[in-house]
Amino acid sequence: MTGTPFDLQLLNFCAALLLLLSFAMLAQRRIVTLVNLLAIQGTVLLVATLLLAWRTGEHHLYLSAALTLALKVVLLPWILHRLIRRLRVYWDTEPLLNISGTMLIGLLVVVFAFGLARPISALASTATRNAIGIAVAVILLSFVTMITRRKAMSQVVGFLSMENGLFFGAMSATYGMPMIVEFGVALDVLVAVLVLGIFFFQIREQFDSLDLHHLEALKESQPINAQKGATHALHGDPGEGSPGSTVSGRTPAQKESR
Amino acid sequence: MTTIEILTQALELITTLAAAPLFLGWVNQCRAWLQNRRAPSIWLPYRGIRKLFHKDAVIAESASPLFRVAPYIVFGAMAVAAGIIPSMGTRLPFTIAADAIALVGLLATARVFLSLAAMDIGTAFGTLGARREMMVGFLAEPALLMVIFVASMISATTALPAITENLATQELALYPSLAFTAVAFILVLLAENARIPIDNPATHLELTMIHEAMVLEYSARHLALMEWAAALKLFNYACIGFALFIPWGVSTRASGPVVLLASIPLLAAKLAVTGAGLAFIETMSAKLRIFRAPEFLAVAFLLAVLGLLVHLLLGA
Repeated sequence: MTGTPFDLQLLNFCAALLLLLSFAMLAQRRIVTLVNLLAIQGTVLLVATLLLAWRTGEHHLYLSAALTLALKVVLLPWILHRLIRRLRVYWDTEPLLNISGTMLIGLLVVVFAFGLARPISALASTATRNAIGIAVAVILLSFVTMITRRKAMSQVVGFLSMENGLFFGAMSATYGMPMIVEFGVALDVLVAVLVLGIFFFQIREQFDSLDLHHLEALKESQPINAQKGATHALHGDPGEGSPGSTVSGRTPAQKESR
Repeated sequence: MTTIEILTQALELITTLAAAPLFLGWVNQCRAWLQNRRAPSIWLPYRGIRKLFHKDAVIAESASPLFRVAPYIVFGAMAVAAGIIPSMGTRLPFTIAADAIALVGLLATARVFLSLAAMDIGTAFGTLGARREMMVGFLAEPALLMVIFVASMISATTALPAITENLATQELALYPSLAFTAVAFILVLLAENARIPIDNPATHLELTMIHEAMVLEYSARHLALMEWAAALKLFNYACIGFALFIPWGVSTRASGPVVLLASIPLLAAKLAVTGAGLAFIETMSAKLRIFRAPEFLAVAFLLAVLGLLVHLLLGA
């Protein structure tokens, strides 16, 4: 590592910090802390973007750094904190796996991601190409975070962290996406969080909880049965096909509304 | 083997043996200050050891010879470990015999004999302490090995003096992998030396104690050796930390006897800061339930492995 310029060392350090923060998110059960970690991740991303902009002299990176600051460091955490206060969800329930097990899975995921990114890194010509593996790892770790959590709130934080990973990946592979794409993604994420915020209230109103496994049991609820009867009457077919189709016709719609 | 090599080796061994209780006293003093208590004298560990050496030993009737031998083995292992760790100079003729992995094995040997001796008497407390010690040990050891592997991969050697020399003499660089492993090492140090998140060194009462439960049956010179060995262990761990993460200031192959002399006050300064930091961590954190200890050490292992992976990917 001797001989690498200092700014590149700092960039590598930022990349390593991003990975560490992803693991911290994976282990964290308090939702408030989770959102704070997301804000810290945004800050590290901001520092990395600024360093890269200064190093390469690419002006559009300053712009995306400003976007990161406004959106990921300030606005989104603020919105999420407000949601937490209004919904009064401070703790996630016990995750599906215990912490140590999740950590071990996380380690395996990181090994997989590093292997996956090796050929991509070989193709890239940027100075930061080694960090692509870390970006892939951050994305996959966010997936794991989303999979192992039950509360809608933590899943959204996982989703946002995944977007951070994508952004960092694009940055280290090609010095950032085209500006129009970046703006589009940023806007998308913002709107997604706003819409999801509304859905949180809807979900809670329906189930008195933000626990998403309630959504899995939708097919056994009363209104569906009533509808099932109606379908039978309509088609005159008491076979197994139509209840299945009713259920499958209903569940994706509910899943999407998550 | 030149004169300066022998001199370095002798100086290191003597300093470590002599200064280990002082370091323990310093940590205790800092802890008392931070907790708004009147601090005990910094020389208290010495007085305790001297007092114990002047007493007559009482040994349980059911004790086997292992019980009598264990303190000498534990103390011996710690003293040998002190000879391997480059705390002042890297020219240690003794280190040809053992590298960093053997050092971990040496520490494990001490642990095994300590636990066996604790179980030997057959009291409930001793057995309980021994089992807990083994649990903490088997979780902490892989983490410690991973920490050492990262440093070894950076320097392409497992010999501790060579690692220290390489890290001390090369151009200053930012190693994220070493930063991760440093945190992991601090966690392992706390767990292995029966410090507060895992065990409370100041207790003789709680059912949660680990180290104190194991040495409960010892008295007089045996207990003195055990306490001294515990102090040595803490000192050794601190010195391993210096060797891996703050290696600057040790006398290297190129430097003369002046640097070797200058490294003594430098080591004292490092130890003073470390002791204060250790006391701070212990004051700030609460003791974990024993069943949370695996989680604590899993974090240490995770950090160390992450350091390893980051080093493999970034080469840093």
